[in-house]
Amino acid sequence: MTDLPDNVVITKLDALVNWCRKNSLWPMPFATACCGIELMATGASRHDIARFGAEVFRFSPRQCDLMIVAGRVVMKMMPVLQRIWLQMHEPKWCISMGACASTGGVFDTYAVVQGIDRFIPVDVYVPGCPPRPEQLLQAIIDLQEKIQREGTASGREAFRRRQPPRALVEDPRNPRLVVAGPPLFASSGNDPASDRPAGSETSAT
Amino acid sequence: MASPETLQKLKERFPEAEISEFRGQHRAVVPAGIVHDVLKFLKEDVGLALIIDITCVDYLYYPNAKDRFGVVYIVGHPETAERMIIKTFVNDPQPTLPTVTDLWEGANWLEREVWDMFGIRFEGHPDLRRILLPEDFQDHPLRKDYPLQGRGERHNIPVVTRDLG
Repeated sequence: MTDLPDNVVITKLDALVNWCRKNSLWPMPFATACCGIELMATGASRHDIARFGAEVFRFSPRQCDLMIVAGRVVMKMMPVLQRIWLQMHEPKWCISMGACASTGGVFDTYAVVQGIDRFIPVDVYVPGCPPRPEQLLQAIIDLQEKIQREGTASGREAFRRRQPPRALVEDPRNPRLVVAGPPLFASSGNDPASDRPAGSETSAT
Repeated sequence: MASPETLQKLKERFPEAEISEFRGQHRAVVPAGIVHDVLKFLKEDVGLALIIDITCVDYLYYPNAKDRFGVVYIVGHPETAERMIIKTFVNDPQPTLPTVTDLWEGANWLEREVWDMFGIRFEGHPDLRRILLPEDFQDHPLRKDYPLQGRGERHNIPVVTRDLG
């Protein structure tokens, strides 16, 4: 160790990768209502989401790793939201922005989903009707902390989530929806997740 | 509002129409059997050639109401901006009215919306499907006997979890 020059830093690879990921979140704006206006304000120059490295809004889920659901979601929109979520690559996270996305808000009616977390995973909830941009920025800061603490460079937590890989098939009950079908491959024994030591399983968030 | 000539013509041609006025708006309540004839007359002989809206009111639980559904047609004059409301009543079971899509192509979606939300069937409509709600929706949610929070439709969606990808 004494041979190392002063300008070399030793760290864990996981910590380095998480540091890169958390400072380069690419949001997918799923804005359905007035929260979307605050989301735009957060992206604009006054509040400037670029200070946190999350300014690259992309409208293709293939290019995003952070879904921001801003606004109420109705039952007809939920299959669309789920399909977009499934199209995003791992690692990916979800922010439920505002009272409507989180709980249905004042829209306690037959068509409005009472909280998107009933049907897709959510990492951070933002209260407010609509939340101020500062609140959304705080949610991104909180999510960055979560990524720094929980992520792994190889995405082992992601592999753990989706074992075994399964085909996506149309739901027989509802042809507009994609659900997990039978396993894609017979167990080959070289699954990246299977080389971890026994007992290291933790609950996926 | 409608001009006196329009009201006079309507009164002469259809004596059974009950014409009334409220805050400058004229309304004619007609039996369901002649509503198509009345609208055709207004369009072709009076000049009220624009269908502005078709909508419906559910009078269930309404005090002193004799009929269940009131279907409302609003027609307008494209040149004089004259306006007239034609209203008719239909009842359970299976409330049905003749379509007016033969008079106005634009009535197609309006009637589909009334069918979607209130379950009024329009005989002769070329494509009477739901227009706003999902196709597999079972009820007509703007009926007063439909609960505000629905019958579980909003919860009946498959769940996507992290392990799906």
